[in-house]
Amino acid sequence: MLGNISLSVTWALAGVYTLLLFSTLLVTILRYRSGKDYQELGSRINSWWVMVVIFTFAIAVSPTISIIFLAFISFLAFKEFLSMIPTRRADRRVIFWAFIAIPIQFYWAAVGWYGLFIIFIPVYMFLLIPARMVLAGETEGFLKAAGTLHWGLMTTVFSLSHAAYLLALPNDINVAGGAGLLFFLVFLTQFNDVAQYTWGKLFGKHPVVPKVSPKKTQQGLAGGLVTTLFAAWLIAPYLTPLSHQQALMARLLIGLGGFLGDVVISAIKRDIGVKDSGSLIPGHGGIMDRVDSLTFTAPLFFHFIYYLHY
Amino acid sequence: MVKTLRFLFFLLIVRPLVLIVLGLNVRRRQQLPSQGPAVIIANHNSHLDTMVLISLLPLRLLPKLRPVAAMDYFLSNPLLAWFATNIIGIIPLQRKVKGSRNDPLAGIIEALDHEEILILFPEGSRGKPEQLGRFKTGIAHIAQRRPEVQFVPVYMHGLGMALPKGEALLVPFFCDVFVGSALLWSGDRNSFMQSVNRQITDLASEGSFPSWE
Repeated sequence: MLGNISLSVTWALAGVYTLLLFSTLLVTILRYRSGKDYQELGSRINSWWVMVVIFTFAIAVSPTISIIFLAFISFLAFKEFLSMIPTRRADRRVIFWAFIAIPIQFYWAAVGWYGLFIIFIPVYMFLLIPARMVLAGETEGFLKAAGTLHWGLMTTVFSLSHAAYLLALPNDINVAGGAGLLFFLVFLTQFNDVAQYTWGKLFGKHPVVPKVSPKKTQQGLAGGLVTTLFAAWLIAPYLTPLSHQQALMARLLIGLGGFLGDVVISAIKRDIGVKDSGSLIPGHGGIMDRVDSLTFTAPLFFHFIYYLHY
Repeated sequence: MVKTLRFLFFLLIVRPLVLIVLGLNVRRRQQLPSQGPAVIIANHNSHLDTMVLISLLPLRLLPKLRPVAAMDYFLSNPLLAWFATNIIGIIPLQRKVKGSRNDPLAGIIEALDHEEILILFPEGSRGKPEQLGRFKTGIAHIAQRRPEVQFVPVYMHGLGMALPKGEALLVPFFCDVFVGSALLWSGDRNSFMQSVNRQITDLASEGSFPSWE
């Protein structure tokens, strides 16, 4: 079953399970010591277990399964986005076509057709959406509807599909293969989120963008960067073709990009007036609350590594 | 044979459609009835409403689940009639009862006496998409005749966007399902309808839904 992944990815996954075991143990001890039930923290960690197990299967079986898995995440995120924003009745069929763009975009990624992959949504869907809307004929709220729809496709589909393209990059440059790159990206993005959250909870004082997200603090941001710095430096040579120095730069991109992705999605939720994008993942909120950072880090990391090595 | 077909239809087609293509956000699922006799009363915007409500209850209850549906619509042609009666398992209801001599609620009362769980849409039709219509008083007559039966109000949002009246193309949207607490016959039609309407409007105002025009 683990035939698809190299030894280094297997070790990296083992590391993640160790981290999870450690945090589960920690919460159990905290509960025992203090008598409180730490419900939110507990359900967060339980959800992490589920997500990590699903992710393990998704990358271990075959690259095709990994890409289908990522396309499905994209589908869930796009659906959640559409359920969250105001839409027009006249645009039902336009939205249908936007959904059809998901398998097509991930197909370009799967076969490694870079040219179409990189222009399909920014150019063709950008033109198709207003064209189909004109056929429906409703002009009231036209620009807003065209803009929000395309924005949704760009974040939840185009951006996230960069994670899938990592799996189509040639294997001979990188011993750990696409799975190694994907692991590096997803692990650093998510670990950075957790580290920022934890440092923010413990020492957070000065919010970075108080009007958007008072809980995102400078201390959390800095703490997150420092915590994952060492992890990135250490694992990069085993999972990616990056040198130690390049790994530190990739790390910086992921840390800052992840933070920005997070607060951008927060700003949108604040604009609409919802707290969580959904309730799919207990303790975390919706799928968008979990992949918000990835919408920024996936394209940033992909183009960084693509420029340097492929 | 037909029972197996019905089971497979809900297991292999309806559940994947409802749970994966649409996706549900359910609040207070535990308040749904776990045995009959009971009546689930819900707002009605789409053919998907019935599919979602059936998917909310465990498959072992499927043989007991009976949606109440308009006779004039669902029995209008033989193919639809076969499908509605055998696969969906509807209890046909005559919408216009004026001048009719036989008891229009006979089928419903009989099903309740067999400890079945009914799904009923008291708005009477799917109406305008994503707008809550007035609940009709038919449910009060049922409650009066079977005062021991629980009525569980459910409010659903999103299905009128996914598949509104008059459309055949399904577009995925998440569906919110808010389950209220069970109501019993209050001894009076007006007060019963008032508490039903109050619960359903309370449930509707629980979510903050984006506009849809």
